[in-house]
Amino acid sequence: MKVNRVAVTGLGAMCGLGNNLDTVWKNAIAGKSGITTIPDIDPEKYPVQFAGRVKDFEISENHLNKKEWARFDTFIHYALHSADEAIKQSGLLEADYPKEMIGSIIGTGLGGFPSIENTVRIYDEKGPRRVGPFFIPSFIPNMATGKISMLYNFRGINYAASSACASAGHAISAAANEIMLGRQDAIITGGSEAVISGLTISGFNSMKALSRWNDRPQEASRPFDTDRNGFVIGDGAGILVLENYDKAKARGATIYAELVGHASTADAYHITAPHPEGEGTVPCMLQSLKYAGIAAEQIDYINAHGTSTPAGDIAETNAIKAAFKEHAYKLDVSSTKSMTGHLLGAAGGLESVFCVMALKEGVMPPTINLQNQDEACDLNYVPNTAKKKDIQYALNNSFGFGGTNSTLIFKKGS
Amino acid sequence: MELEQRVIKIVSEAANVETSNVQASTNFVDDLNLDSLDMVEMMMKMEEEFGIDIPEEKTEDLKTISDVTNFLKQNAN
Repeated sequence: MKVNRVAVTGLGAMCGLGNNLDTVWKNAIAGKSGITTIPDIDPEKYPVQFAGRVKDFEISENHLNKKEWARFDTFIHYALHSADEAIKQSGLLEADYPKEMIGSIIGTGLGGFPSIENTVRIYDEKGPRRVGPFFIPSFIPNMATGKISMLYNFRGINYAASSACASAGHAISAAANEIMLGRQDAIITGGSEAVISGLTISGFNSMKALSRWNDRPQEASRPFDTDRNGFVIGDGAGILVLENYDKAKARGATIYAELVGHASTADAYHITAPHPEGEGTVPCMLQSLKYAGIAAEQIDYINAHGTSTPAGDIAETNAIKAAFKEHAYKLDVSSTKSMTGHLLGAAGGLESVFCVMALKEGVMPPTINLQNQDEACDLNYVPNTAKKKDIQYALNNSFGFGGTNSTLIFKKGS
Repeated sequence: MELEQRVIKIVSEAANVETSNVQASTNFVDDLNLDSLDMVEMMMKMEEEFGIDIPEEKTEDLKTISDVTNFLKQNAN
């Protein structure tokens, strides 16, 4: 059976670093932090008062009118905003694919959680009859991808992938499969997340998962550093247009990169802790290499899951060493979460965008706040300053609660 | 504000149109394209604005602005 190649023809991004691809990328390459104090949070109530939040965002009237806007939770706004950027960049709307051959698979870890949180208050205070008819559509995880189909008249495959912090990675994998098998010509994919709320902060905080460096938020996300002390919650979106390579080429589209391999595995170990020997993550990376048909030595850059938790960064470092052997010390690894915070279900989307840009521009974004590298984390993490290098292959890891793993491999576009 | 004007304000917001496009005879579905979810939300806003309960079975009979204003006049306390 013929397996189609998969091209990346469009990118969209937003996070604490900016609300469009150009701004996000420029700030990432400059090693800036997008993490700030949450202005309206009560410090008496919440032990964590900062996040990598999207700022100054207004959805375009082209996407939704104000009234419709209010009916959808923020992760839907972000998805539409970044999808529009990616779609416009790709020129997909001018392509003559049948509408049922263009799909959308968008990952989200928690969907419209803040909408649930707010509506429960109304339900408790005013009773069941005051729960509005737009409550359910406002939060269901597939409404982001659903609205994309409605706005652009895409009638192909359409659903959400949800696997906690691996959601976007799995969405992109699923999209790639559809194109490889010839079942779709193009798919809008990636992830969106917007769940910075009192309830989520309280939940992650009681798991002892979050950094509490309220007095220096921009230094709080410090993957692979000795003083790392938990992740920083972030929000935003990272969207890619994946397209049948030959068809994209034929219509003259710009090919930013090629998605050449992907794999997904489970740790089968613990609900939240990573397997210490990487029994899920090592095979995930190895299988993705096998499916890509390349040797471990060909990988130049890894955009790590690297969340800045004490256990996670060591486990991932060990897994990279187990998978790549001696080459682990030659390739570059960085965690852009040091700048963006952890976008949860959107992380793999944004970080895939970073991988594609690193290939396209020949520069790898840094791991900032890496002052005293942990002895147990002994790889090259692109400390504090971006590194220029012409690279051919980039790998992105995303690991989620539930012990679920995703690895994607991108090749430089030709 | 007059009762009808208050109703028109809620309806025009629900339909995202200017109040000048809404009159006593305006039909929610035929003229304003409101769907069933819009209608439920709009009736909830009426209930809040006028402090009354509109029974679910009754909402099906309220098709125009004047249907609503008449209902409100009959059921005002």
